Amino acid sequence: MKFQQPLRNWGGSLVILCLLLYLTLGANSLEPLLGPLAPENAPAIYARNSFIDLVGWHLLLVLIAISAAAVIAILAALFVSRPVGADFLPLARSLANLGQTLPPVAVLALAVPAVGFGSWPTLIALFLYGLLPIFENTLAGLGSVPTTVKDAARGLGMSPLQRFWQVELPLALPLIITGIRLSVIISIGTATIGSTVAAKGLGEVIIAGILTDNLAFVLHGGLIVALMAMLLDGLFVKLERRFATV
Amino acid sequence: MLSVLRRVDRLGLTLSLASTLTLVLLPLVNLQPNRILPGQGVALSQLWQQNSFLLFLPLFLLALLSATFSRRLWPRAMMSAAALLLLIIALGNSTTLLLEDQPPFARVSLGSGFWTLLLLLGLLMTDALIKLQIAPLPRLALVAIYLSAIFTLLASGLWDQISLMLEYHNQERFWQQGGRHLLLVAGSILPALLIGVPLGIRCHRSPRVRAAILPVLSLLQTIPSLAMFGLLMIPLSLLATSFPLLSEFGIRGIGAAPALLALFLYSLLPIVSNTAAGFDGLDPAVLQAAKGMGMNQRQRLWQVELPLALPVMLSGLRIVLTMNIGLVAVAGLIGGGGYGTYIFQGLGQTATDLVLLGTLPTILLAFIAAMAIDTLIALTQRETR
Repeated sequence: MKFQQPLRNWGGSLVILCLLLYLTLGANSLEPLLGPLAPENAPAIYARNSFIDLVGWHLLLVLIAISAAAVIAILAALFVSRPVGADFLPLARSLANLGQTLPPVAVLALAVPAVGFGSWPTLIALFLYGLLPIFENTLAGLGSVPTTVKDAARGLGMSPLQRFWQVELPLALPLIITGIRLSVIISIGTATIGSTVAAKGLGEVIIAGILTDNLAFVLHGGLIVALMAMLLDGLFVKLERRFATV
Repeated sequence: MLSVLRRVDRLGLTLSLASTLTLVLLPLVNLQPNRILPGQGVALSQLWQQNSFLLFLPLFLLALLSATFSRRLWPRAMMSAAALLLLIIALGNSTTLLLEDQPPFARVSLGSGFWTLLLLLGLLMTDALIKLQIAPLPRLALVAIYLSAIFTLLASGLWDQISLMLEYHNQERFWQQGGRHLLLVAGSILPALLIGVPLGIRCHRSPRVRAAILPVLSLLQTIPSLAMFGLLMIPLSLLATSFPLLSEFGIRGIGAAPALLALFLYSLLPIVSNTAAGFDGLDPAVLQAAKGMGMNQRQRLWQVELPLALPVMLSGLRIVLTMNIGLVAVAGLIGGGGYGTYIFQGLGQTATDLVLLGTLPTILLAFIAAMAIDTLIALTQRETR
């Protein structure tokens, strides 16, 4: 990309990080600011759980789900792009395409009857939904490696494993990271909605705010989630650039 | 023996084994004491002797065998499609028998076996359909015919004893909610198109505009939906309290207004960036030729540039359409209406069938929208070629 994205450079990330830390660690000092938004006699600061815990839970859910999704999706993409898995390729490709039309909230809602309330349905929804962008991008990344390059590697006498680790994977890496970034951003949003099925996370602040008509909660929770997504997005973009220049 | 093994379709074999295991191990239906309490699985052994199952099972086996051993695609597609229809009929017929000596509040609900089998048979059909490489329009027609066959079966009252259909008959406003769902989707996309397409063309013509606009739009896109709804509730509800007149027009912190605004903002990025990308990809030689023919700028835009950029612009529309159909469901949480209302009501009451009644139409709408746009893209591409 030619244009500089203001909030995706280091300075922008630092500003977002500071804001984020202030909103979570200094939550109580925000009371005079948020007070006018809360209904009379209602607290302005969500107190059922500390914001640190909520951010931690939120990020942990995303981290677990997306790590698992990344491993499975990359392995699956690898499998269908080899001759062994060729029978699966057309279906896998169109499933990844079709699956992304599935609304995340639908996946979440369908996971509840299967495993009950709590963090599990959210984790499952995050995992399943995280698979698709990573799978699709890994496949695109592996496919974008020019045949001439692969032939040259073969000519050098590299084994299939070496070719994969030393040639195909590094060349596909920027696209794979883009896939992981998309999955992470979607997951942060889906994990927020996950609070409707009793997953722990920042969504519970927003939902508590909506249910009790407390705009202070809504603003506070909404800002933290939004900033978190922006911060991670910026960090992943930097990671993509780092590997693209190799 | 070896030649048979070599001819085995690995995908077909995997799906067939999975389907067989599903049918044997997972309950097709559950018998519930009432609407909320979880039920007990009904094993296949209690069902299979019924006449309609005696029709379904052989065809099911045939479908699996042809998926595994035959490379002929039409029989594969037809047999798995027919097997699914027969399964629907068989389940409908079996409910009357299952409910015969049960208390009046007892319900038969669809079990994990049915849903898994639906998925697996769907995969078999999809695979055959892809490999057949049917042209987009006939493919859309095939899917439409098949779906209307299923809907006809459901409308005939065959499943009226099954809890999902009971729930459907309970919700009188089902179709109105659907209309509202689509209205919210259209109401956010149309303004986004009206503003986004000209903006995209501006971005294509001026790098400076692009550098100013696209980062902001992509930043908006990273904000999670619930946070976006919440953040928009605040200015809107402040507006409504200071100008009570506005709230009479529906501009309030809660309900459709923040939802529409959020969806509009989310829609801008795919529309603007795909419009710009579509225009960027135009062949300069074609534009030169148009200029040489004496077309003015307006004619070039409407008769050359827009039609040629259309496929890329449409793929932006596809993203927006499927995304917004899902996001409207989330808006159910802030009282926006649509099928999300059922999803969140159902989650609140732990009524699985109500959740399904909201989820399944949402998924179906997204699928149909995606397929329709895919067909349009294929048609416009063929025209420009």
